[in-house]
Amino acid sequence: MTLPEQSITAIDIGKLFGSVEQFKNEGYRLVQINCTKVGDVFEINYSFDKDFIFKNLRITVTAETEVPSISGMYWGAFVYENEMHDLFGIQVRGMNIDFKGTFIRTAIKNPFSVTITKGEKP
Amino acid sequence: MAFFEMVKMALRTVTNRPATIRYPSEPAKKTIISRGHVTIDASKCISCGTCVRKCPSQALVVNKEAKTWQIDRLRCVVCNSCVDTCPVKCLFMDTQYSAPVTARGVETITITYVKPQKPEKKDEAAV
Amino acid sequence: MTKQIIIPFGPQHPVLPEPIHLDLVLEDERVVDVIPSIGYIHRGFEKLVEKREFTDYVYIAERTCGICSFIHGMTYCQGVEKIMNIEVPERADFLRTIWSEYSRLHSHLLWLGLFADSFGFENLFMNAWRIRERVLDVMEQTTGGRVIQGSCKVGGVRRDISGEKLDEMNKALDIMEKEIEELTTVFLKDDTIRHRTKDVGVLSKEDAYHLGAVGPTARASGVDIDLRKTGYAAYGKLNLEAVIESGGDCYSRCAVRSSELFTSMDIIRQAIRKIPEGPIDVKVTGTPNGEYFTRAEQPRGELVHYIKGNGTKFLVRSRIRTPTLTNIPPLIKMLQGCELADVPVIVLSIDPCISCTER
Repeated sequence: MTLPEQSITAIDIGKLFGSVEQFKNEGYRLVQINCTKVGDVFEINYSFDKDFIFKNLRITVTAETEVPSISGMYWGAFVYENEMHDLFGIQVRGMNIDFKGTFIRTAIKNPFSVTITKGEKP
Repeated sequence: MAFFEMVKMALRTVTNRPATIRYPSEPAKKTIISRGHVTIDASKCISCGTCVRKCPSQALVVNKEAKTWQIDRLRCVVCNSCVDTCPVKCLFMDTQYSAPVTARGVETITITYVKPQKPEKKDEAAV
Repeated sequence: MTKQIIIPFGPQHPVLPEPIHLDLVLEDERVVDVIPSIGYIHRGFEKLVEKREFTDYVYIAERTCGICSFIHGMTYCQGVEKIMNIEVPERADFLRTIWSEYSRLHSHLLWLGLFADSFGFENLFMNAWRIRERVLDVMEQTTGGRVIQGSCKVGGVRRDISGEKLDEMNKALDIMEKEIEELTTVFLKDDTIRHRTKDVGVLSKEDAYHLGAVGPTARASGVDIDLRKTGYAAYGKLNLEAVIESGGDCYSRCAVRSSELFTSMDIIRQAIRKIPEGPIDVKVTGTPNGEYFTRAEQPRGELVHYIKGNGTKFLVRSRIRTPTLTNIPPLIKMLQGCELADVPVIVLSIDPCISCTER
């Protein structure tokens, strides 16, 4: 059994809207929006799928950049964008349902963007 | 069009034996490989600490100088990881669940392993 | 002008298996809008990946959820094996497929019981769970755990199933098939159930595709998405047909899951016939360096694991996107316009597994 290869295209944040609209017109569905912290920057991945062909777009932002929301084109994207905002602290502009930080309530704000090295003991 | 299907099922379950077991008066249904709780053979443990490093919930503490092996039963998730990776195979998985407790605490077992003495090198007199 | 009132649904509700909160905006007895709120069971699994070695993280990945636990572990192992270019032996692939299909049987039987409970049919609930006990017995006899299997590892599986055990499982499937047939006849033909589920919570085909519905929620509206057709594990060597209905209401979702029970049993029988002899694992050396998205078909839909490694023993990022997270926007669409008494039936018909959603 071999798993299929996948393509990840890195684009500029200004071209995000154009590329997402192109995917929507070709009939792709949104699979997920993902965020990874690499060093000091965040890599945001948008994944699309149609008939099991999997394509990704990637943008790289810093903590202060405002990312435009794609919930105008994909109504269900607010779930991933609110989660990204609550866990990583990324500002997203223009979400259709904006929970303003109360989607996932945690003891520490933006827990995934800091590394906590408290010792764990039984 | 189903005709009294549910009535047939209900009558059958009313007249059959109950499907439940009166645990703990009757013993629970277990198989040979069921995972219940971890036990140790204290005479074989060499205090290497491999099980401490591999435990995903950090339930084990080994103290080499004091010769103790401690397990927090409420943290242990019976994943079988320590049993698989122990190099001298002194850990075993028992099939019954551990007994209920009323307070959090660790269980301490004293290790009785004695390193075997190496046989004295005999001076082979040259033949 | 009718007044609008807001009623909270959850997190504690007798019909929900796990806590989720929905604020229902009502006019008289009709729901006009829904505001969801999650976060009651967030445990931060994705942060734990930086503190456990990649071979030990399997134990944590499979404890994300209690109902679909084996498939989480298997998907994680598949992702790491693809990054490290490890070829798993064929017998391990077939064993993983057999355990995944037993997981699917157990999950759908559990859902059928909860669905009957949501409209008050306790007798049917208990009968469905009685059949589920047989499936859990098979899981315990072959892996050691009823709910959390712990038999997947990077490079293969940890336990083997002997030939006699496989024959025993084959015969047990015949007995189970007769009981499941009686059970699904009641679900699909009974008049009272039909009154509660027909034309309730309708989701059209375009809405299902564009809002991101996956799994039986999408297949009941006519969208053909079944990840098992991509051929991961041993599915490429077995015949399978996806079950598609076109009603889009709760009755169709119930029908899709009932038919999938028979599909699963058929796949298990094919796998038992075709399983080859051989080793069950390979030795793993080295550390993962790279990234990959693996996808698998859970009982609730499409599961995506994203894994990124940078050459050390600890992974950089592991992201789990579960099907219930992406089924929440279609749920909001389904609830608009329904009566208050239908809300529990509709919420349960998407099969919410909130502990997966929040990890």
